[in-house]
Amino acid sequence: MKNEVTNIMVCGIGGQGVMTAADILANTALDMGYDVKKTEVAGMAQRGGVVTSHVRFGNRVLSPSIAPGEADLILAFEPAEALRWSEHLRPSGKVMVNSYAQLPPVVSIGLFDYPDNPFEQLLEKGLDAHQFDAGHAAIDLGDRRLINSIMLGAIADHLPFPAETLEQHLLARFAQKGQSVVDMNKEAFSIGRTAFA
Amino acid sequence: MSTAESTAQYERQFISGNMAVAQAARDANVKVAAAYPGTPSTEILEYVAEFPEIYSEWSINEKVSLEVTIGASMAGSRALCAMKHVGMNVASDAFMTQTLIGAVGGLVIVVADDVGLSSSQNEQDSRYWGRFAHLPVLEPSDAQEAYDFTRAAFSISETYEVPVIVRLTTRICHVKGVVVNSVPELHSTAGFVKDPSRLVMVPGNAKGRIPKMMARDLALKQYAETCDLNFIEEGKDSAVGFVTSGAAYYHVKEAFPEAPVLKLGFSHPAPIEKIRAFQEQVEKLVVIEEVEPLLETELRAANIELFGKDIVPRIGELSPPVIKPAVENLLGKNEQYKNIIPAQDIFPRPPTMCVACPHLGIYYCLSHIKNTIISGDIGCYTLGAGHPWNALDTCISMGASLSVAQGIDKGRGESDQNKNVIAVIGDSTFLHMGMQGLLDITYNKGNVTILLLDNRAVGMTGGQDAPSSGINLQGEQTSQVDFRKLCEALGVKSERIREVNPYEMPILFKALREEVKVKEPSVIITNQPCVLTERYSKLPPLKVEDDKCTGCGNCLDVGCPAITVTRRETVVKPNGKEKELAFVQIDSAACTGCTLCTKPCAPDAIVPATEFSCAHKINTVEVQ
Repeated sequence: MKNEVTNIMVCGIGGQGVMTAADILANTALDMGYDVKKTEVAGMAQRGGVVTSHVRFGNRVLSPSIAPGEADLILAFEPAEALRWSEHLRPSGKVMVNSYAQLPPVVSIGLFDYPDNPFEQLLEKGLDAHQFDAGHAAIDLGDRRLINSIMLGAIADHLPFPAETLEQHLLARFAQKGQSVVDMNKEAFSIGRTAFA
Repeated sequence: MSTAESTAQYERQFISGNMAVAQAARDANVKVAAAYPGTPSTEILEYVAEFPEIYSEWSINEKVSLEVTIGASMAGSRALCAMKHVGMNVASDAFMTQTLIGAVGGLVIVVADDVGLSSSQNEQDSRYWGRFAHLPVLEPSDAQEAYDFTRAAFSISETYEVPVIVRLTTRICHVKGVVVNSVPELHSTAGFVKDPSRLVMVPGNAKGRIPKMMARDLALKQYAETCDLNFIEEGKDSAVGFVTSGAAYYHVKEAFPEAPVLKLGFSHPAPIEKIRAFQEQVEKLVVIEEVEPLLETELRAANIELFGKDIVPRIGELSPPVIKPAVENLLGKNEQYKNIIPAQDIFPRPPTMCVACPHLGIYYCLSHIKNTIISGDIGCYTLGAGHPWNALDTCISMGASLSVAQGIDKGRGESDQNKNVIAVIGDSTFLHMGMQGLLDITYNKGNVTILLLDNRAVGMTGGQDAPSSGINLQGEQTSQVDFRKLCEALGVKSERIREVNPYEMPILFKALREEVKVKEPSVIITNQPCVLTERYSKLPPLKVEDDKCTGCGNCLDVGCPAITVTRRETVVKPNGKEKELAFVQIDSAACTGCTLCTKPCAPDAIVPATEFSCAHKINTVEVQ
């Protein structure tokens, strides 16, 4: 059997729930019987820095890192971050973008410019890019942390296992927090699935 | 243990290398574990603390943590000490003599190298310590091996009566993988046996231990040749054979799946003869090791022909895209490695201080005081060196801010006669290694103003507890250090110690200006908690009233990440000079109402986001 490894890169900025999303993906793949590796970069990334999490699964995963040009999917929690990491996408890959921009203080104080329309730039590169304002949708649902569940919904139909399996794992994570939290995440997941379909 | 629990233990788990080390400590029946937090090793002790059968502690520094575990080993128990690479520098005084004593109960030192400097002041290769102190070094390549090798390390430690280093790197500590545990073992504590010739390292006794250490070296060298942690994986294409270890092993396997590989798990002392025999089976031998050419140098000295750092970088993490072109170039394959999608160079996102961090007000004040030399230290507050504050002039090592400031004071030249020398240090760093510097300043009549930022947490590593929080690793109440009394005991005059709420910026600013003028040591203690901890309580958020904002941009000097610029304008002032205006907004969903940004806002444009909030209430938490 050919050792095909699926490479998913989740990127964003510290505090957005990038690592949690990657964790849910990885645990779902594990339960589907795959070998899985997932990198975690913590430390200073917690302070509003760039965060990426690499999830790799297949029969056997060797290196934990996704090399440039090898990601099947990029799940970007912020549009400029999608642009930053786009070189990691393989030509046939997809990039799902939360269009809600977050400007760092170095941009605010005028030291650097935020790129003009990063999503357009992804399209200009010829990438299979899709966007949705998960940030505002999450705020409308009542909690900005729901970006996470919306973005997981975004890739749910592009995985080598059923979207429902991912959903079950996502919801199981919130089971202890009560039905209303579960319901909110279920709705967020479904919004993501529809918006990116 | 019930049947259900015992089967659960051998199920496939998806855990990080750090968690795997903690589980191995539990299953090896470790009795004592100690550490000081440090990325990427911090979580090891946090996980160990979840196992009540192990005594675990946050020690005040790495040297203390190593000494605690040395004592436990002397008592006949198994003990584990964990630290980041720079921690070993601190612990090395105890470490370099402990090697002469050796281990009684199994003693394992887990050292995590931050290869690529994701959160460290330098990059260093901890495998050197094995060479320096004549100790074995084990190098796991993933979480499963982190578990297996930690277990093996205890048995090696007891067989050869030697402390063992398990060297991790960030890509082991923080990478999750599938791990299956093995059967736990029982270890009975032998009890402390008085043996001065071994345990009391005075010159006469220590001299007698050196030949024993040399004999141990020989025994370990022989063990390395046959140890099953070092093995060869045959490959179809022997044009190149690799000797590799740690995280690099999987990168090599990924890049060259057909090549023969000698994987070193027990990497020091190196199995030289095994490598020599391997070299004869391949056309070219390439040594792939992260950071320093340690193995390479030893193999070259043994007359083994190889390629190493001449083709592979010496700095930073290795990866398949780094290794592959380097080795293919060696083979004369000049394939192009152009990514199909070009790399994008966009703005950086350097780490920032948190929204409402109490350090924001401190650095605002420091950046507005003239004529200063500010000596910094290791922690979140090192970020004060960055924008917009630019208010840190030095940073070297844990606790160095005070002693370096003392040196700047004593060594000042003509041009610095009127400079105010300031040291900035956090509570945990002060307790770790800063107190000695303060004693040095008072004893030697230095003139330094010290800002002791007491946020009652080890902030940068995630808000761990320390003696300043009065809570231990288990979350229990314990003694809490009294900084005022401590500073007094270290020789600072009582009237030169001030405690200030850092959210009350005008008071802090005044205190700072007064103390820098005094020609003797003074300490300003700021007393508000880290916003990442439960001690911090949020207040209702603020917003900017658009029609009142004049675009002066003063609030941006606070550096709070919740404030962003909505538009910029250039206006020409009556004197003909151009002025840049920046109109701002506050992200009310992120703002926790600390009110720091309201202080420099002249037009009072920053107001409560909701009519019910009481924005101008000072965010004060009771100081115990």
